[in-house]
Amino acid sequence: MSTRLDEPPAGVAPSAPPAGDRARLVRRHRLSRWDVKLSPYLYISPFFIVFGLVGLFPLVYTGYLSVHDWERLYYQRGEFIGLENYRFVLTDPVFQKSLVNTFSIFLMSSVPQVIVAVAVAALLDSQLRGRTFWRMSVLLPFVVAPTAAVLIFGSLFADKYGVINAMLEGVGLEPIRWHVDRWWSHFAIAGMVNWRWTGYNALIFLAAMQAVPRDLYESASLDGAGRVRQFFSVTLPMIRPTTIFVIVTSTIGGLQIFTEPRLFDDTPQREGGPDHQYMTSTLYIYVKGIEDQFYGRASAAAVVLFLIIVGIALLNFVITRRITRRQA
Amino acid sequence: MNRRPGFIVYGLLAAFVIGSALPLYWSFVIGSHTKEEANQIPPPVIPGGHFIDNARRVLDTTEFWSAMLNSVLVSTACALSVAFVSTLAGYAFAKLRFRGSNVLMGFVVMTMAVPTQLAIVPLFILMRDYGLLDTLVAVALPTMVTAFGVFFMRQYLVDAVPDELIEAARMDGCTMIRIFWTVAVPAARPAMSILFLFTFMMVWTDYMWPLVALQETQTLQIALDRLALTGQGQTTDYALVLAGAGMATVPLLILFALSGRQLVAGIMQGAVKG
Repeated sequence: MSTRLDEPPAGVAPSAPPAGDRARLVRRHRLSRWDVKLSPYLYISPFFIVFGLVGLFPLVYTGYLSVHDWERLYYQRGEFIGLENYRFVLTDPVFQKSLVNTFSIFLMSSVPQVIVAVAVAALLDSQLRGRTFWRMSVLLPFVVAPTAAVLIFGSLFADKYGVINAMLEGVGLEPIRWHVDRWWSHFAIAGMVNWRWTGYNALIFLAAMQAVPRDLYESASLDGAGRVRQFFSVTLPMIRPTTIFVIVTSTIGGLQIFTEPRLFDDTPQREGGPDHQYMTSTLYIYVKGIEDQFYGRASAAAVVLFLIIVGIALLNFVITRRITRRQA
Repeated sequence: MNRRPGFIVYGLLAAFVIGSALPLYWSFVIGSHTKEEANQIPPPVIPGGHFIDNARRVLDTTEFWSAMLNSVLVSTACALSVAFVSTLAGYAFAKLRFRGSNVLMGFVVMTMAVPTQLAIVPLFILMRDYGLLDTLVAVALPTMVTAFGVFFMRQYLVDAVPDELIEAARMDGCTMIRIFWTVAVPAARPAMSILFLFTFMMVWTDYMWPLVALQETQTLQIALDRLALTGQGQTTDYALVLAGAGMATVPLLILFALSGRQLVAGIMQGAVKG
């Protein structure tokens, strides 16, 4: 184990001063003790102070706002109204719709993304020539801001002049109304998300795959397991902790999707389509809270979404853990 | 075992990479044609010669340069702050012993999973009450520190700084802060630059919070947002919009070309240790 520093080491004043300077020595010793005791707290305090102010406090305040009315005319907090905002939000058809949309887009993006990312990682996990080149190429979309990505994909998926519709018509199919049809709009939005994040997740999986001991493959190979069999019986079980990590982080991120549905909308309202057919819950919070200034309702929606995210993250974790244990 | 990849592996990877690059290529194709050419059916598939014209139109319709400057300022400030604050805290958690360190570190890990994005309403109220709305300070403040940064630095410093080195410095009578500067910071430098890169990119590409915090002032993403709104109701001017998207992407592409290796290493390292 490591030795740590809760006591100043014995030789704190290396050149021992002559007797008579004892008082100074004691003072120095005491100062050094305080230095050792206080420094850790000083070092962590910038993080905790700033995080408390701009991270934790707003979260707590969200809960507080969610049980209060809001005087929009006077820009003031109104009276305590208990769960009224929650009742409003949970019975609001628009919010319900936004939840369904959020889940739909989330599933359409995270499921194929994880599968493709694992596959790409498996391809990268071999003795490639030009490894760095391949890894960087796979990461390329990650440096494109979601804003720019939506604009680019928005033109690809344009209803009238889009390339994708042009191609569909080219092979004799009906064009798809990407901005109108609810599920197709989710498909288009999920496409942008997948485009940006698949390579990123592939690199995370790749790191996990490279940590798998190579002799496991050797013995599997001696047992007559082919490449594919090795992948399913050795690689996949070994990278399970990483899979949990990727699924949990992509849940937290995926359920908060905002930029894509906001900018994909080419109508002036920009509330996730004329019929809210791709409004997500985060977009709902923005529209209700910032644009319409229903601070209480927006906060209630935020708390609901927060609980859902935490719940699903936990569920992911428990399920994946259980599967791991059963197999182990 | 010899796992030399065959033709199929290269072929599949190449297909994936080409697929990834196509949208970028497409934005350049459309961004370099006139508005009329861009809206033709079938659309053009090779770059045209009008990129400069479109770029000029972008500069005319948005405050592109000031938005770019704002993005550079905010991203740099946040990245510097996150890199420094995380190193300080990460070093304390990794190498110093103090009462409550485990509980506090547990708190940091927990907050990594907390979606602070959801707290935009109170953050907005906070910034308004302090008169910070529409300032770059308001944009930067929420990202001046991150829990991920502290976690990342702690993981790195546990192995990167040998305890013996710290002890030897203490023997020589070094103060704690001096040890931090002379032992921890030099050892942390590679991780600091990775953290700097990530934070820079995260702030640069963020759209939601600047949208809430800003009105007249613009970051690059907000400028793009406004650009997408021009000419609404008519046929979208994709030549203009995609030229703007391309121009906003170029700085990050340059950064990527210079430091992609580190970025890749950072992602892979974060995963193995996290």
